[in-house]
Amino acid sequence: MRITLAHLKRGEQGIITDVSSIHIPLKLLEMGCLPGNTVELLQLAPFKDPLYLNVNGTHLAIRKETAIHILIEKIVK
Amino acid sequence: MSKQINVALIGNPNTGKTSVFNALTGLNQKVGNYPGITVEKKEGICKLPRGVKAHILDLPGTYSLNASSLDENVVIELLLNKNDKDFPDVAIVVSDVENLKRNLLLFTQIKDLEIPSILVINMADRMNYKGISLDVDYLEEQLETKIALVSTRKNKGIDHLKSLISNFKELSVKPCLNASEIDKDYFKNLQNAFPNQLLYKLWLVITQDVNFGKTNRKEIDAVDNFKTKTKSDLKRLQQKETIKRYQFINNVLKVGQTIDVSKAKDLRTKFDRILTHKVWGYAIFFVILLTIFQAIYDWSSIPMDFIDGVFASFSEWTKQTLPAGDFTSLIAEGIIPGLGGIVIFIPQIAFLFLFISILEESGYMSRVVFLMDRIMRRFGLSGKSVVPLISGTACAIPAIMATRNIESWKERLITILVTPFTTCSARLPVYLIIIALVIPEGRFFGLGYQALTLMLLYLIGFGAAIISAYLLDRILKIRSKTFFVVEMPNYKLPLPKNVAITVVEKTKSFVFGAGKIILAISIILWFLASYGPGENFNNAENIIAEEYASKDLSNEEIQQHIASYKLEHSFIGITGRAIEPAIRPLGYDWKIGIAILSSFAAREVFVGTLATIYSVGSDEEDTIKNRMAGEVNPILGTPLFNFASGISLMLFYAFAMQCMSTLAIVKRETNSWKWPTLQLVIMSSFAYLVALIAFQALK
Repeated sequence: MRITLAHLKRGEQGIITDVSSIHIPLKLLEMGCLPGNTVELLQLAPFKDPLYLNVNGTHLAIRKETAIHILIEKIVK
Repeated sequence: MSKQINVALIGNPNTGKTSVFNALTGLNQKVGNYPGITVEKKEGICKLPRGVKAHILDLPGTYSLNASSLDENVVIELLLNKNDKDFPDVAIVVSDVENLKRNLLLFTQIKDLEIPSILVINMADRMNYKGISLDVDYLEEQLETKIALVSTRKNKGIDHLKSLISNFKELSVKPCLNASEIDKDYFKNLQNAFPNQLLYKLWLVITQDVNFGKTNRKEIDAVDNFKTKTKSDLKRLQQKETIKRYQFINNVLKVGQTIDVSKAKDLRTKFDRILTHKVWGYAIFFVILLTIFQAIYDWSSIPMDFIDGVFASFSEWTKQTLPAGDFTSLIAEGIIPGLGGIVIFIPQIAFLFLFISILEESGYMSRVVFLMDRIMRRFGLSGKSVVPLISGTACAIPAIMATRNIESWKERLITILVTPFTTCSARLPVYLIIIALVIPEGRFFGLGYQALTLMLLYLIGFGAAIISAYLLDRILKIRSKTFFVVEMPNYKLPLPKNVAITVVEKTKSFVFGAGKIILAISIILWFLASYGPGENFNNAENIIAEEYASKDLSNEEIQQHIASYKLEHSFIGITGRAIEPAIRPLGYDWKIGIAILSSFAAREVFVGTLATIYSVGSDEEDTIKNRMAGEVNPILGTPLFNFASGISLMLFYAFAMQCMSTLAIVKRETNSWKWPTLQLVIMSSFAYLVALIAFQALK
């Protein structure tokens, strides 16, 4: 099932399958949010926004409104 | 003298670039601005072996050469302009050993501009700790560069780096990525249109946002036989370029870097679990703020009392030692008290910068951004607005410049507009002296009343900022894309040297910047207070003598009456009394009125002004505080600084927009006079209103 980054729960991991380049700033791509890279949801602020992620070894926080434009495949452990 | 080597330090934020800069230059550095813009320019001199010197330029941190802010644009403008006097002979790209993959992206871009580059892998002391091992020879070979493994914390690798700089001529300038691989046809066309130009350089010029700077973009648009692509097509190509770069980097690191996860110790997770926790995170943040304010208040009172005393006796000593006359009294009554009014606040300002730089250096500030974003957004701000709002407690000017990394223009504008409400260090002098006068000592659950009052004033400042942000969010009709990306760096123990340099630099620029204004104003005030027009001023001795002839007064009392009569009829007294009707309802006399007027130049002038006015009228050696305590309200007969007028005055300073430099910065950052004018008018009238209500209710 194709889901977005915003669907992950704390501690879950996924692999990025596609990013909507209109909605995603280049800066985020350069920080590693690219198809094929692994992403882990480390922490959520209250109201599940923003999201604290580990993407490809880089730790960053983005808002939910951005996360819904990053498609992933969940890694099931 | 041999030619200096021009070195540019480039790197992602949070890689310890500044530590490398400090290690190379020591205290041999100066901080200025790039011409025309308010981006901080840090440069220094580094001594290399064999008497060679290197000029080191610390460029603003950036994740890539695709600039998304004014600061980042400085980097690309310099690297694209070979004629710039700072154009580097060699670039040092600073990377963090734990984020090598991402850091190498920027490195490959700089390499592709065919600038000789050295790769610094910083924080090498953490390699064992994180289970990382590197094959440096292999990396050097693949990246066609020289690598310096550096640990600024352990002071290792700096000599190696220096020797690499001196031998920069041996560095290869071969690019990492062949730009035409991104899109063969497009780049072939491009190269045909500009056969003499570097392909990657052309590509950068085309893709940079036009909003920034004056790159040679026009040249490209001017050529007819070359058609560039639409914006979204270009962005797709940029994405492709990024993917290509990462492919290259991944291939290199697959062999050159091994990470043994089982050996890695992960403090980050442990700290984050608490510091970004839904409840504990906020509680800890609040406790930290509380500690800072209590510390600023309690710890700095000892050196402050000392400085106050020193200036009072220095002024008295000058009066005794120098021959009597106008010049002596200008120094003793104008300049020394005026300067004393600023020097006294060095301890507090230094403490404030100390805490802010520790919060920034440790990586904690990003966690606060993360915690606060959702809440701040409700008020039309961004989580990143927290940094300006916190550093606004030091000074609104760097705070407003710190808004540059807020991606959304609307959120950024609102942050700029409300930041001056936060209690900057220039308000501290006013608050502290008035608190000391009107708030009783005593403790409440271990916290002093006086410290609590100060805390409350800070909260009022934040409250005003937040509420006006909320209103602005409703009023302003600006549509702008909102992006929010914030890196969460690793926790680090702040390097004492970095913190010390920040504290010294910032305090120095505060003291000298404000010092100049204060000195000028003190001198002007002294003249205005020491001279006056007409009979009343020049004949004060006779008038007073007549008036009090029937009473039996000591010589000293007569002298005091003469002095205060003269002050009232001096130029300043006349001006002050002209504005008195406007401020009397707030509980102030004309002397406070003059102090308020002069503090529209800068708030901290307030205390200096009062010090100058009061010392012109008296012969006694005394501290500013005691002089203020002795002032009596001429109508009510009560002390002039009482609870009602004190509160009113503090509230006035809490809300009024009294800082010319801030207005100038707001004009520069918003590129319009509209916003600073609105700030000045709205904030100051609101301040007047609140002060009026407060005094009338409390008196």
